Amino acid sequence: MNKKALISTQQLIKHYPVGGGKFTALKDINLNVISGEFTGLVGPSGSGKTTLLNILGALDVPSEGNAVVLDHSIGNLSHKQAANLRNMYFGFIFQTYNLLPVYTVYENVEFPLLLQKLSHTERDKAVKQALEWVGLTDKIKSRPAQLSGGECQRVAIARAMVKVPKIVFADEPTANLDAENSHNILQTMLKLNNDIGTTFLFATHDEKVITYLRRKISLNDGEIVDDKVI
Amino acid sequence: MLSIKLAWRNLIGAGLRTWLNVFVLSLSFLIIIWHKGIIAGWDRQAQRDTINDEIGGGVFWHKNYDPYDIFTLVDAHGKIPEKMQTEIKKDKLSPILITQATIYPEGRVQTILLKGIIHSQTVVNIPTAKLSTNMEEIPAVIGTKMAKNNNLKVGDVVTARWRDANGVFDADELKIVEIFKTNVPTIDNGQVWIPLSKMQSMLQMPGEATIAITAKEDGLRKNVGSWIFKDHNYLLKEFKEMIKMKNFGGYVMWLVLLSLAWLAIFDTQVLSIFRRQKEIGTNIALGMTRGQVIKIFTVEGVMYGVLAAILAVLYGAPLLYLQAKNGMVMPEGSDEYGMAISDKIFPYYSFGMVLITATITLISVIIVSFLPTKRIAKMNPTDAIRGKVQ
Ligand SMILES: Nc1ncnc2c1ncn2[C@@H]1O[C@H](COP(=O)(O)OP(=O)(O)OP(=O)(O)O)[C@@H](O)[C@H]1O
Ligand SMILES: [Mg+2]
Repeated sequence: MNKKALISTQQLIKHYPVGGGKFTALKDINLNVISGEFTGLVGPSGSGKTTLLNILGALDVPSEGNAVVLDHSIGNLSHKQAANLRNMYFGFIFQTYNLLPVYTVYENVEFPLLLQKLSHTERDKAVKQALEWVGLTDKIKSRPAQLSGGECQRVAIARAMVKVPKIVFADEPTANLDAENSHNILQTMLKLNNDIGTTFLFATHDEKVITYLRRKISLNDGEIVDDKVI
Repeated sequence: MLSIKLAWRNLIGAGLRTWLNVFVLSLSFLIIIWHKGIIAGWDRQAQRDTINDEIGGGVFWHKNYDPYDIFTLVDAHGKIPEKMQTEIKKDKLSPILITQATIYPEGRVQTILLKGIIHSQTVVNIPTAKLSTNMEEIPAVIGTKMAKNNNLKVGDVVTARWRDANGVFDADELKIVEIFKTNVPTIDNGQVWIPLSKMQSMLQMPGEATIAITAKEDGLRKNVGSWIFKDHNYLLKEFKEMIKMKNFGGYVMWLVLLSLAWLAIFDTQVLSIFRRQKEIGTNIALGMTRGQVIKIFTVEGVMYGVLAAILAVLYGAPLLYLQAKNGMVMPEGSDEYGMAISDKIFPYYSFGMVLITATITLISVIIVSFLPTKRIAKMNPTDAIRGKVQ
């Protein structure tokens, strides 16, 4: 590899306390992801996809070993530093969209930019751009309850993309969508990956998603069992 | 700024629930201010009336005088000392001779206090000038309540019976020459005012008095011989204590309403933190710190207080203003407290009172909004995102 890794892990282990003992959800994960990848963590339910994604997204910390993302060691970050990392460089897309119901489409997409304390004009420009990317410029004033699942997820993509992050973490982004909407969403994300160069890291077991991936990292029982470029 | 903006968006988004909380809170604001305003208005009115009509700048009591024991009146009189005489001549002191008597209006027996007062005095606001007439009967003025209770009108003549200095019964006719309106029941109920000189000769107590009221602006303010000076602090003590009690009742009412508002806000906060955990998790994923999330929730709570204050001003201020201007009609029988109370009270709202009330309410609301957010600090964002926190 000639490019510097955006993400790298060494002997990453994650335990969860269960009852009196502990449950090991990730065992010895060693992984590198470089800029511009469109990569998926795939595997059966309970294999540790979400757990790994959350750690790489600085929402959780490793129990042992190391996870370095954008030159930050995840385990050593303060709450504030982790928040700043997510705020400036990460985008998140969730299975259940997680839009704020009381906000309009526009306000939902604008939200991350408010946290970045951008000016009104900067925000307005970026929000309109992001909504254009996902083809929702006509729904600016709608609220999430008035949108279809596919539209909601496109708002979520716009929200993740509006700050042009380095990495987008997407956990089962198509799980609540039908086939047509899933393809729609994936094509949108693939296009953004191509045009803007944003790195996408998925956690999924959806075959439709897998067909779009350019690299597939297979997890089973908390271990990487396969890692191949398609 | 950001937290204010976001909190505002959230409140507006929450709709009816927000306005319900805001309304309850504004009500608690208003009721205490209103209640305190009425009491303060009453306090001012009653003190003013009592001073004008009854106690002036303070009262000299003969050393044996005890207003709570009517039988002391027999001994509670004495010669008015020289020093006080001078004041009386300057109309700075109004001596009053008091004795127990009986009148027989319409054949009924009625025990009264007969009070002799100089007709030319202006120290207290009693129309004593009317006592300056030449007539066969003894001229008498009475208050409206006394008149009403005994069915007496101007021009009526009643028989009065009393004992003189030697304990000998004597009787004569009283003629009502004037009925006056006062808010002070202690110069009205069961009181009959007649000329002092006449009374002194009736009782065979020339130059004597029981009490002497000083002018409210200036005059004697220190004991003279066996005449004890009672100042405002002493004479209004009971009234002030009752005002305190009334205020306390107001605080209790305020506390009840305030706790209702606290409960509503606390409940809203706990519920919304539980209901909105997914939002909290998402906000954290989008780059907020827990501190920022807590701040937003607290600001939301504070906004309840601020909105309530604004709402209270919007609908409350006109109401309170109108009432302060037009007065509040007191229900019949309000004077049974035995305290000066007028038919109409003009509530009085001082800036300090409103400010203190608003501040206390706001601070308590901030605390109540903040307490439930402790849950947020303990929340695991990865669980919260999925809405899995219990
Ligand atoms: N907070 C937790 N406490 C205890 N165990 C947990 C916790 N979160 C996850 N686990 C366990 O860790 C394992 C991996 O969970 P994870 O959510 O990463 O799986 P996944 O691959 O995302 O599965 P799915 O496809 O169902 O989303 C599972 O066995 C799960 O039960
Ligand atoms: Mg998962």
